[in-house]
Parts: sequence; structure tokens; C-alpha cells
Amino acid sequence: MTAPLLIFFVLATLAVLGAVSLILQRHPIHSALSLIVVMVALAGLYLLMGAEFVAAVQIIVYGGAIMVLFVFVIMLLNAEEEERTNFSKLATYAGIPLAVAMTGLIAAAIARSSGALPAPAPSGALTSTKTLSMLLFSEFVYPFELTSFLILVAILGAIVLAQRES
Amino acid sequence: MNEFLTQYAFIIVPIIKIAILVLLVLTVDAYLTWIERKVIAHIQARWGPHRVGPHGLLQPLADGLKFIFKEDPLPANVDKAAYFLAPFLTLMLALTSLAVIPFGPQRFKVLGYETHVGIADVNISLLVLFAITALGVYGIALAGWASNSKYSLLGGLRSSAQMISYELALTLSVVGVLLIAGDFSLRSIVEHQTGTGRGLLSWNIFPQFIGFLCFFIAAIAETNRVPFDLPEAESELVAGFHTEYASMKFAMFFIAEYTSMITISCLATILFFGGWLSPFPVTWTFTHYLPSVLLIPFGLWVIFDGMRYENLFGRILLPGVGTALAAIGAALIVFPMINDIVQGPFWFLAKVFTFLFVYIWMRGTLPRFRYDQLMSFGWKFLLPVSIANVVLTAVAILMWGKL
Repeated sequence: MTAPLLIFFVLATLAVLGAVSLILQRHPIHSALSLIVVMVALAGLYLLMGAEFVAAVQIIVYGGAIMVLFVFVIMLLNAEEEERTNFSKLATYAGIPLAVAMTGLIAAAIARSSGALPAPAPSGALTSTKTLSMLLFSEFVYPFELTSFLILVAILGAIVLAQRES
Repeated sequence: MNEFLTQYAFIIVPIIKIAILVLLVLTVDAYLTWIERKVIAHIQARWGPHRVGPHGLLQPLADGLKFIFKEDPLPANVDKAAYFLAPFLTLMLALTSLAVIPFGPQRFKVLGYETHVGIADVNISLLVLFAITALGVYGIALAGWASNSKYSLLGGLRSSAQMISYELALTLSVVGVLLIAGDFSLRSIVEHQTGTGRGLLSWNIFPQFIGFLCFFIAAIAETNRVPFDLPEAESELVAGFHTEYASMKFAMFFIAEYTSMITISCLATILFFGGWLSPFPVTWTFTHYLPSVLLIPFGLWVIFDGMRYENLFGRILLPGVGTALAAIGAALIVFPMINDIVQGPFWFLAKVFTFLFVYIWMRGTLPRFRYDQLMSFGWKFLLPVSIANVVLTAVAILMWGKL
């Protein structure tokens, strides 16, 4: 087993364990912490694929900013441990078939891609910060600007909502 | 054996480097507490620590022993996992962030493995550093939440809000430097500041003065130091997020705080003050003797001062230290090759310690912000100014080409 493959399995296990723990934990803070583990493990996987910039941004944006907000809000609301309820009918009758279907779909996709998986792009080809930003501001400039506009609208909405209170 | 060493040099050499760096940083942390207490004491016209060892020089050792042997009580109803995780996480992240800092220009070969002064040479080192600092807030937030104490919780909440707010300004304030250097690598940012060999004049501090001010203010807020130490405002919150921590766990928060001070000082040095570059033009080779010129008189003064010290231990230890310092200074003159190697780290450390002194100086002089002042300052002043700096730099580069 080569070193990158070993690292891949360690990170992948960590990500899956984090995701499972996210659902199983009873306390909101523990769930949020599990999600952070998933985010960091994913960043590690990106790093393994040579996408250094994406890995760093994954941690800065998801691990650093968004999850801090989650934790902050949970702490601020002083959320208590969740109580276990009886499973809802919807979860039993729609959830289990859907989960089975999803697993089947992924398994089929993996089974179809016979042979070796495509090798990751060599570091620096498409993943370097410079090429990434060149693409963002040339080929994908409209989606990019639209997204920033969307975020601006969301910020304005948040300000309006916050001001209505007082 | 030798074959084994060369084969696995790529893993052995970094481990040795990490061990050396961690030992060095922990020692500097310990003596930083001594320097801080001494400097603040002298600002306030006191003596500071001077009982343990000559001039209190063994005080950090005594403090360390005390931390280890203190009782470590577990408060009632804490969230055990998070309570234990928080100090480890804080210290781990603080130490990890030092891994991407380059301390000198040299590349050398150990066991046939080419390496450099620093742990990792990543081409996005600045982003990695910000990613690690971004995670740093969890340690403090968790410590505050898990302790099951209202003071801790308020401290933790304050610090998360403060760190989220000031992280934006911190990140935006360095964009100007990135625009000038055109690279995320800290090494190339320093190398770019060599310019045409005019020394001081080609450092980033001149075109990026506003950026530097924003960076330094935001960095102090990120490290929770005076005047932004609201998470541990002792007059309101006892000790903030680490109220319920004692013994070695408290020490871990303390070490982490000092380590992040060192990291931020290194970063300020690299981004704005030319890293390991000498402030003098490259043609002034006589300035290479500056380390010796400083070390020899300082060593002689320590010898002279030590001979008059009040107890026998000091009369032995201080002249010994002084002789060692003077001998190092003399050795640098005798061996010009070593002197050349020392130049980079010498300037780097000189700048870093200047920043650390400024940190302590501010703690001795400035009062603490009020919480609403902190927030409005961060969002309504610091952030707009950093954005304006980015726009200004971009326009300048567009008009005059490279800055």
C-alpha cells in the first residue's frame, strides 16, 4: 500500500466516522464538532489530490467561518441535550427506502467505473491559485458575479431583519 | 544504519527540525513571561521577579514546576470531552501554525536531503497559516462552553465574536502585500522584498503602511492581547474562558497565547518588514559585524554586572552567561562563514523580538476596550480601511505597474 493511499483511507475513515457521529450525537455542540472533523478531513482529501488552494479555503471558510458561527449560535442559545422521540412515520416509510436507493445508486456508479480511477490532475495544472482565479474571472465570470450579488442580497436581508427588532 | 538514515531522511530530518523548533519555542515562551513581567514591572516602577535565581532568571523554571505539581480539580457538571479537548486543541493549533514560517534564506543538505530553515515550505503558506488560525477559535469557544461557568461562557462567546470579526480585517489587510508580491508563499514574499538591494527601502512597510496598521491591530485582537483582551477581562469575567482551568491545562492556554504572539510577530516581520533581510543595502558588508558588535559589549556588561551581584550563585551564573555571549560574539568575527549563516536568523529574530516587545509595551500602557467599542471599531473602522487599502493598492499597481 502506497503512502497516499494509506493517507486517503485514514482521512476517508475519519470523514465517515465524523459524519456518523454528527447524526448519532445527542448534544448539538458535539454534532457541530463532528461536522468540523468532517470538514477538516475533506480538506485533507483535497490536499491529497493536489488542490492546495481549495483545501486551505475549505478550512478557512467552512471550518473557520461557517462552523464557528454554528458553534457560536448553539452556545448563545445554550441548547440542551436533545431528547429522543419516537421515530416519525415519515422517517420509517420514506427514509429507509430512500437510503437504500441512494446506496444502490452510488454502488452502481462505482461498479460501472471499471478499472483504474482517473488520476488526479498534477499539482499546479488547474489547481494553482493563479489559474483558478483566471478561470473564475474569465470563463465563469457571470456565475461568479451572480453569486457575489446573491451574497450581497443575503447580507442586506440580514441587516433589514436585524433592524426590525429594535 | 547510514543507508537507512539516507533512505528515510525525508521523514527523519523534519522530525528533528520539529523537535528543535518546539523546544526553542517553548523556551522562548517561558522566557517571554519573564520578559513580560520584568518590562511591565519597570514600566510601573517595580522590580518584577528577582528572587528565583539572579534577576529572577530562573522564575520560568519555578513557574513550570508549579504548574506541573498543582492540583487539577475537575469542576462539577462539565462536558468532559470538550473540557479536556479545548486546551490541547488550542496549544496544538498554536504550535502547528509555526510550521510554515521560514526563518532564514539558507537551503542546506542533511543526510543527502535538501532542506531549509523552517519546517514546511508550502507554496500557499500564508493561506495555511490563516486556515490554522481560523481553527484556533474553537479551543477558546469550547473551553468557555464546556466549563459550565457563566464567566467562562461569556468569555468564550466574546472571544468567538471577536475572532470572527477581526479575522476579516486580518485577512483583508494582507491582500495588499499579496498583490505586490503576487504569491502566497511567505518565502517568495520575503524574497520579493529584496528589491534592488537597497535594504530597508524596498520593504513592504512603505507601500503598505495602512495595511500594516490594520494587520497589527487585527492581529492583536486575534491573539486576545491588551487592549483587546476582553475574553479574559479580569475585572468583569474573573479570568474569562480559562476561569475553570488549573495546573497544566491552564498553562497550555498560556503557552498557546504566547506562541500565537510569536507567530503573529513572525508574520508581521515576513509580510511587512522584509523577514530575514538586513535593513542595510547589500553593499554595506561591514554591517555583517553588527551581531558581534552588539553581543560582545552586552556580554562584557553582563560579566561586569554579575560580579557585583548580591549572592554567590548570581556572581557565578551571570559572569558565566556573559562570557558565553561575548565568546559567541568573538567567534562570529573569527569565523566569517558562520557569521554569514547567522545574518538571516539574526535580523529575523531581532525584528520578531521588537514586535514582542511592542506587545508587552502596549500591555503596560493601554487600557482595555469596552465590548461595544471593540465591535464597532472592528466592523465600522478597521474593515472599511482594509478594503480601501486593497482598492488603493490595486489601483496603484494598475497605474504604475509593479510597486
